[in-house]
Amino acid sequence: MLDDFFIRALLAGIGVALVAGPLGCFIVWRRLAYFGDTLSHAALLGVALAFLFEVNVTLAVFAVSACVSIALLLLQRRASLSADALLGLLAHSALALGLVVLAFMTWIRMDLMGFLFGDILAVSKLDVAIVWTGGVVVLAILAAIWRPLFAATVNAELAQAEGMNPERANIIFMLLMAAVIAISMKIVGVLLITAMLIIPAATARRFVSGPEQMAVLAALAGAVSVFGGLFGSLEWDTPAGPSIVVAALFLFVLSLLPVPGLLAARRKDRGVAQPVKGDPS
Amino acid sequence: MLKKTEPLLTLENAGIERAGNWLVRGVSFAMAAGEIVTLIGPNGSGKSTTARMALGILKPDEGSVRRRAGLRIAYVPQKLAVDWTLPLTVQRFLHLTGHISEREAAGAMAETGVSHLAQAQMRNLSGGEFQRVLLARAIARKPQLLVLDEPVQGVDFNGEIALYDLIKRIRDELDCGILLISHDLHVVMAATDRVICLNGHVCCSGTPTAVASSAEYKALFGGRAASTLAVYEHHHDHTHLPDGRVKHADGTITEHCHPEDGHHDHSHAHGPAHNHGKDGIGKDGHDA
Repeated sequence: MLDDFFIRALLAGIGVALVAGPLGCFIVWRRLAYFGDTLSHAALLGVALAFLFEVNVTLAVFAVSACVSIALLLLQRRASLSADALLGLLAHSALALGLVVLAFMTWIRMDLMGFLFGDILAVSKLDVAIVWTGGVVVLAILAAIWRPLFAATVNAELAQAEGMNPERANIIFMLLMAAVIAISMKIVGVLLITAMLIIPAATARRFVSGPEQMAVLAALAGAVSVFGGLFGSLEWDTPAGPSIVVAALFLFVLSLLPVPGLLAARRKDRGVAQPVKGDPS
Repeated sequence: MLKKTEPLLTLENAGIERAGNWLVRGVSFAMAAGEIVTLIGPNGSGKSTTARMALGILKPDEGSVRRRAGLRIAYVPQKLAVDWTLPLTVQRFLHLTGHISEREAAGAMAETGVSHLAQAQMRNLSGGEFQRVLLARAIARKPQLLVLDEPVQGVDFNGEIALYDLIKRIRDELDCGILLISHDLHVVMAATDRVICLNGHVCCSGTPTAVASSAEYKALFGGRAASTLAVYEHHHDHTHLPDGRVKHADGTITEHCHPEDGHHDHSHAHGPAHNHGKDGIGKDGHDA
């Protein structure tokens, strides 16, 4: 069964989606969309370094992403720049560094398109194994830190006052993000990883009343997108990675359509959700 | 196990410094189980900073803060913004920092009058409902130390009375220590065992005067409020000038106010209920 490239693509894609969904919820709740982008930009530096030192690409990407995460944490504590400025600084410095390092290695001809958009149809059995082992590990760790991480998302001081360790949860979360970028880069490409994190979570948002439900539904929405996108790409001969994102977008648009049953649920919510941050009064 | 008589919380000469300025300094007090301590002081006087130091959110840059090992704390912060993208029901919010049994959750919601909101989304609550849900969450934890940062903000007078009654009931039922922060400089909860007035340091501390004992106050606050509210009379030996400097009783003016600066005149008479922190449990470092 695994000998069929299409089955391998499906398995790898669904594996990535199941991990990206729950993590993506935190990205949405914590307004970290740009953080995902930063890590994926930094992935190019990881790829370049992997070629330079002849090490495993996934490992190198994870290491570089993790370093960028930690650098962000340290800079946030020290520097007087806002988080988004720091992210922009890190993202593009890492990208530029990666390109410069690649240019030095004249003997390497890199497939930049494959890097940007992924090459899901070319995944090997080993890639599938990496996605699923890595995915299971990431989800297990996420489950273990779920309560403190969620409490820290609602209010870090409250979590700390009541005996949790929000800082540790945050660092672990950032490392998990780096891991997800590393294992999914080959599948959807660095340009589209953030889409796989955010779009399924955004789709799930409207149908749930609790955070755990949202994580599960986001994972499912992502898996359905992979399924739909891959079959669409087979049917219409479109590039696989982008097709998956288009399928995810399609699901999101569908989720915006009014559903009669949902309106009743909203009324139970007491009033319509107002997109206002801050004082709940 | 540790002795029950050990204080829940001890602050000793604790202070927080940011960029060369002391937000608060020389704070000393201890809290025992079943004791209600109210922190009062003007805006920016370091009330919240002191509470956050007591909770372990901030580490003191000077002095020490000790909490009893394994102390179960519940905290009601002054502000808590729930992002509108976050799906979070009241029921789920109660379990935020630890598992709580169904019965305890239901009991806490009934006590604070938010049972009907169990399935409501946090972001759709009104200010008053939100405040009561925060309190329900804190109670459901069955804390040994409860810290409330301005719990009566935005609550009307009757609501304030009801809330103070509830806080007293919580203390009686759980026998927990309660650290209450209030922006009201003169009227405090009658059940308060000790009032600590802060203004960058401990200005004074003492017990409030029961309103109920004075016919005039009783007339002013009304029957029910009189048994819940109390008046705190400040006995300061210095004045804080608008520019941040301090004028002492002896007429001298200093940049800051420290217990050790030699300007605190301790020859003046204290009422039996008032002193400068030396009340047997806590001391604020004044050298009398």
